Amino acid sequence: MTAVPPRLPWGTRIAMLVRLLAVQGSWNYEMMLGNGIAFAVEPALRLLPGGKNGEAYRAALARQSGYFNAHPYLAGVAVGALASAELAGESPERIERFRTACCGPLGSVGDRLVWAGWLPACSLLALAAFGFGLSPAGVVFVFLGVYNLGHLALRVWGLTVGYRDGLRVASALATPVLRLGPAHVARAAALLAGIALPLAVRGVMGPALEVMELVFGAAALGAVALTRLHGRIEGWRSSIVLLAAFILFSVVR
Amino acid sequence: MTHWLALLPLTLLGAVLGLDVVSFPQAMVSRPIVAATLAGALVGAPLRGLICGVTLELFALETLPFGASRYPEWGSASVVGGAIFAVQDEATAGAMAISVFCALVTASIGGWSMIEHRKLLGRYAGGMREYLARGSSTAVTRLQLRGLTFDLLRGGLLTFVALAVFSPLSTVLFAGWTFSSEVSRGVSVALAGAVGAAAVWKVVHTTKGARWYLLGGFVIGAALVVAT
Repeated sequence: MTAVPPRLPWGTRIAMLVRLLAVQGSWNYEMMLGNGIAFAVEPALRLLPGGKNGEAYRAALARQSGYFNAHPYLAGVAVGALASAELAGESPERIERFRTACCGPLGSVGDRLVWAGWLPACSLLALAAFGFGLSPAGVVFVFLGVYNLGHLALRVWGLTVGYRDGLRVASALATPVLRLGPAHVARAAALLAGIALPLAVRGVMGPALEVMELVFGAAALGAVALTRLHGRIEGWRSSIVLLAAFILFSVVR
Repeated sequence: MTHWLALLPLTLLGAVLGLDVVSFPQAMVSRPIVAATLAGALVGAPLRGLICGVTLELFALETLPFGASRYPEWGSASVVGGAIFAVQDEATAGAMAISVFCALVTASIGGWSMIEHRKLLGRYAGGMREYLARGSSTAVTRLQLRGLTFDLLRGGLLTFVALAVFSPLSTVLFAGWTFSSEVSRGVSVALAGAVGAAAVWKVVHTTKGARWYLLGGFVIGAALVVAT
């Protein structure tokens, strides 16, 4: 029989949230996020019987510093749930099983929602803002403001729902925002891309309007070629070689 | 002496933005559109920094930081590219091509440095395994702080070395440049546009209906370009 976890003091919640921002601070190939999880969950473990450096605290901290991987923004779900489980006195075996089970879902959901959705969408929004002639400060403000609204909301939500639901938090991952969100964000990103790319290219070209058609044509052909060669070459890496050749040709011709 | 001191603010910016990429706080201040603009602002030309940042952002769309995959480090690299581009005036032919090239090379080296940083941390964590297994909060905090400090130093060192190498090199290249400014910019932007458009397609093409949104957006975007 496990106890109900205590209500977390605000100071502890804030400490956990701030530490979550550094959850990847010691990311490495041996433990991945493991130590970051222990670092983020540590303020809550001080509430265990015996307090900081008590036997329960040390056993829990040792458990939490083992191998773990997840999307960094959704790591809060795990941190909240693990803090709740430790404070509720769940068995070490259940906690270990939960740690193993939630790595995959927290990684794949976060990757689809954030890295393949929210980040490119916000990036394209900023490119569109530039294309519409916003000032440098305006473009930076639009990008950082919109992106971090989603970023911080996700972190706060994860920690809150994780602590509230404990080891039963898996059901929270079925929320429509996480389930259907990536598709909606991808559609918005697609629309934004269509608007932003021509405007951004025009904005960078500035007064050089006479070569604009050539630039658009070359970019379109290049995009088709890269899409056809999907996975076989990386565009940015190939661009290093092409730019090096262009620079060399310009200097020595 | 003054030259090296002049690199200090940009080095600090590169260090902080290099840290943002993965370690802390991942607020995406390290994205090229922000980082290059900040570098431009530091050298007194934020708009030129932004223009370089937009070009680099198109490249960066291709390399999203999925899990443990290897990707370039755009934070420090954009500071390098943004600063090299921003210190040149509008008439400098070759500025865009050379600064983008410098940024891409720095991003590639930065990606490699992140891998080495992670390997180093892994070795360090291995040495602390006994303390971590005993539940030492000192060990947990020390490992975390060491990772953050190393990453900050990595970003700073990368930015400093890249600027120290590429600043004089770019001066030599500008002096020998023969193409017009339009051609230089056109080649860079065409490459960036191709990479950015292909990257967007890669991200959205698996979503049902997204290609129609993309097409609709292109129609609107093209109409706006023609109309303005």
